[in-house]
Amino acid sequence: MTFVRPIFRHPESPKNAIGYTKKHYEGALSTLCAGCGHDSVSGAIIQACFEMAVEPHKVAKLSGIGCSSKTPTYFLSNSHGFNSVHGRMPSVATGANLANRDLMYIGISGDGDSASIGMGQFVHAIRRNLNVTYIIMNNGCYGLTKGQDSATADAGSINKSGSANMYQAIDMAGLALELGASFIARSFSGDKEQMIPLIKAAMSHPGFALIDIVSPCVTFNNNPGSTKSYDYTREHMEATAAVDYVPYMPEITTQYAEGGSVAVALHDGSIIQLSKLDQDWNPLDRHSAMNRLYEAKSRSEILTGLIYIDTNAADLHTLLKTVKKPLNTLEKQDLCPGSAVLEGINNSCR
Amino acid sequence: MHHLTALNDFVVRFANVNGTGSASANLMFAKSIFRMGIPVSPKNIFPSNIQGLPTWYEVRISEKGYLGRREGVDIMLSVNPQSMPKDIANVKPNGYFLYDSTKELHKEFIRDDIHYLGVPMMQMCMDKFSDPRQRQLLKNMVYVGAMAALIDIEIPVLHEIISLQFKGKEKLIAANFQALDMGIQYVKEHYKCPLGLRLERRDKVGDWILLDGNTACGLGAIYAGATVAAWYPITPSTSLVQAFEKYAKKLRVDPETGENKFAVIQAEDELAAIGVVIGAAWNGARSFTATSGPGVSLMSEFLGLAYFAEIPTVLADVQRGGPSTGMPTRTQQSDIISAAYASHGDTRHVLLFPSTPAECFDHMAEAFDLAEQLQTPVIVMTDLDLGMNENMSPPLAWDDSRAYERGKVLTAEELENMAERYGRYLDVDGDGIPWRTIPGTHPTKGSFFTRGTSRDEYAAYTEEGPAYVRNVDRLLKKWDTAKNRTGAGVVSGEKPECFRGNIFRHHHLRCPGSPGTAGSTRYYPGCHACQSVSI
Ligand SMILES: Cc1ncc(C[n+]2csc(CCOP(=O)(O)OP(=O)(O)O)c2C)c(N)n1
Ligand code: SF4
Ligand SMILES: [Mg+2]
Repeated sequence: MTFVRPIFRHPESPKNAIGYTKKHYEGALSTLCAGCGHDSVSGAIIQACFEMAVEPHKVAKLSGIGCSSKTPTYFLSNSHGFNSVHGRMPSVATGANLANRDLMYIGISGDGDSASIGMGQFVHAIRRNLNVTYIIMNNGCYGLTKGQDSATADAGSINKSGSANMYQAIDMAGLALELGASFIARSFSGDKEQMIPLIKAAMSHPGFALIDIVSPCVTFNNNPGSTKSYDYTREHMEATAAVDYVPYMPEITTQYAEGGSVAVALHDGSIIQLSKLDQDWNPLDRHSAMNRLYEAKSRSEILTGLIYIDTNAADLHTLLKTVKKPLNTLEKQDLCPGSAVLEGINNSCR
Repeated sequence: MHHLTALNDFVVRFANVNGTGSASANLMFAKSIFRMGIPVSPKNIFPSNIQGLPTWYEVRISEKGYLGRREGVDIMLSVNPQSMPKDIANVKPNGYFLYDSTKELHKEFIRDDIHYLGVPMMQMCMDKFSDPRQRQLLKNMVYVGAMAALIDIEIPVLHEIISLQFKGKEKLIAANFQALDMGIQYVKEHYKCPLGLRLERRDKVGDWILLDGNTACGLGAIYAGATVAAWYPITPSTSLVQAFEKYAKKLRVDPETGENKFAVIQAEDELAAIGVVIGAAWNGARSFTATSGPGVSLMSEFLGLAYFAEIPTVLADVQRGGPSTGMPTRTQQSDIISAAYASHGDTRHVLLFPSTPAECFDHMAEAFDLAEQLQTPVIVMTDLDLGMNENMSPPLAWDDSRAYERGKVLTAEELENMAERYGRYLDVDGDGIPWRTIPGTHPTKGSFFTRGTSRDEYAAYTEEGPAYVRNVDRLLKKWDTAKNRTGAGVVSGEKPECFRGNIFRHHHLRCPGSPGTAGSTRYYPGCHACQSVSI
């Protein structure tokens, strides 16, 4: 167990815009290994939701199977959760989203869950630009089945049993970029400052928002020689830019772009403020993002931060031209054509 | 040589080339007989191929209402040289072989015990029509005309059908009438009409309809208020979801905004298709998928989840020949065990067995009520024969006062006023069916975690033996509840007392149109296409 929650809470615990304290966003106690990166990601989700003042019951959290996929139990206990089957969260999230476009969807997956057994569904959720915040807690191994190499383990990375991985790694951010995902970021579970604004921005983005988070497995893949360990990640991490998420504030009327910083406006009026930009990288340009990603790879760097964003991509509901009212609220009078129409159909069959 | 003679009781088979537009002409032929009040059962016999291979359309005409396929072809219409040797061999002695005599028949095709009726269909169309594609289509009408004169189909009936089919396209109607007449005149001039095999108007079909089961299922989903459909193409289920989409585009588009009150997803595979259905159902929308055997295999994983996590899930299984890819375009009822027990562990699923298109419609609509009432998968078991052929059926019926039975779902008010702690898997009513909540209902009450792992009454993960046993015992209790909800099966046939049997549709239509049968809303005991299940 990673943390013991203090029983006593200060009566003056800070409240957010809708009057909730952070407690409203917490979940059950984690049963993951102490120090597991996944718990830090859960913490960042709690913090992001608290700061964004989302209504917890307007969030649905979905996952596949794995240590990572267990984490929805550990945040937002007032949200409905769905721990589905291994690798199949994207399809369940697609159906859930089709049924009610008004909720916010957080999909949690692991590298085994998304890069192997669930690769097909991951790819197709991107293709459809499903409106979901899709977080991969990427530890380069299968934690829950005791440490086998996953498809995101780098070639040559050494696992706890001492053997080097022989196969090429799948870069989920690079793949998503290639597939046309409309929001792509990478982060590190040890970097809360970066994770929180990225999660907020992803939740504001009306489309598929991937955050591939390096989230070390302390039990099976945190040893020397592993390229998904805390130490290795800290040493090789390089950010595209410092990210700040600015919620909608009417008084901000002009975008500013002074000396290496840019403000990206999202549809809900919020702004992603990126400062200390990489040279030659433009978050709105897929080519430059691609180049930047390859360049980092060739230098064995782990590129983090916002990698690419397309603020104009149409999400699945827009593509399908569904009604604004959630489909799950439509009633018989909206849906059933009635017996007179059926009589006409019968007549055409005689 | 003798001539076959029969009144309203014979089999006509059309040998066509896939992709030449013969299907609509053939359907007009069958419909015209149906409109003359005589029972018919047309069957499509087609290969797993798109263009160029032979397809057959076999119409059994039976005044007495025997509509299963019968051995022996009385009249063979052949416009496909490729299958000609086989087609000639299939004609009953003293039967007829009607063919396109534009090219002379090869000597080796001549049998001395059947009658040859040549009509130079292609030549006639070449002479009369200039557009090559039109020639091909109109040639089909020429053979319908020839057939009509030979067996005494009422020409005004055919005219009526053609006029309806091409409503608003006057030129096409005229061309079709002309082609029809060319066929009629040619056979009248060259052969004795009608043959000994002929038709005479009857009043044996009442208000029944000719419809394929897949369309009926698709309409059932429309009427039941399904809003999400996800599927992966597979014969013979494809036309089911396509029918749903076709009617949704007609009947479910907001007239003001042009926006859709439905969503159809062509998924990446059957795993995803049923995943979408489960996600939507979990979130409170009626949703369904349709597939066939290979898809059921893939969907098994998710069916187990839906069973154990208790999520209403509607699936239509339009069965085809197995095992494996099997006979993709032939019918079989070989998924019954795999559907009944789909997925590992102690799963069992509610299956509905429609036997007519009217029942396809009813059962599909009923499946949504049952799935939500029972919170479990409900599988509508049809097959290629029922799904892809125009079957005679009582008309589809919908009672406008019928409400959607959404099962045990707690509202925000009910949650607000609830004094005790909400337990997703608590059996508060003693029928094994717990109460569910839809995401987003209440800010602080009613949320729970859905999972395929063992859990306690409050949906919390547990590996405690007693909690597991309580859960599976409750599921068994729910199963008993389900037995009483689904209504009894209909057992009929010649020998319902037989002790050994198959599940089959007994194509025996005893009372088409007789009072009190046609149009009744649910079950049609003793009627066409019954199932006898007795082991
Ligand atoms: C169909 C199926 N196959 C195998 C498993 C066993 N299994 C459980 S979790 C897991 C791998 C999880 O890896 P990942 O998604 O990376 O999650 P992590 O535990 O590393 O966070 C496997 C193979 C399963 N649950 N279901
Ligand atoms: S095994 Fe690894 S991934 Fe799983 S909880 Fe432990 S540290 Fe985390
Ligand atoms: Mg992993």
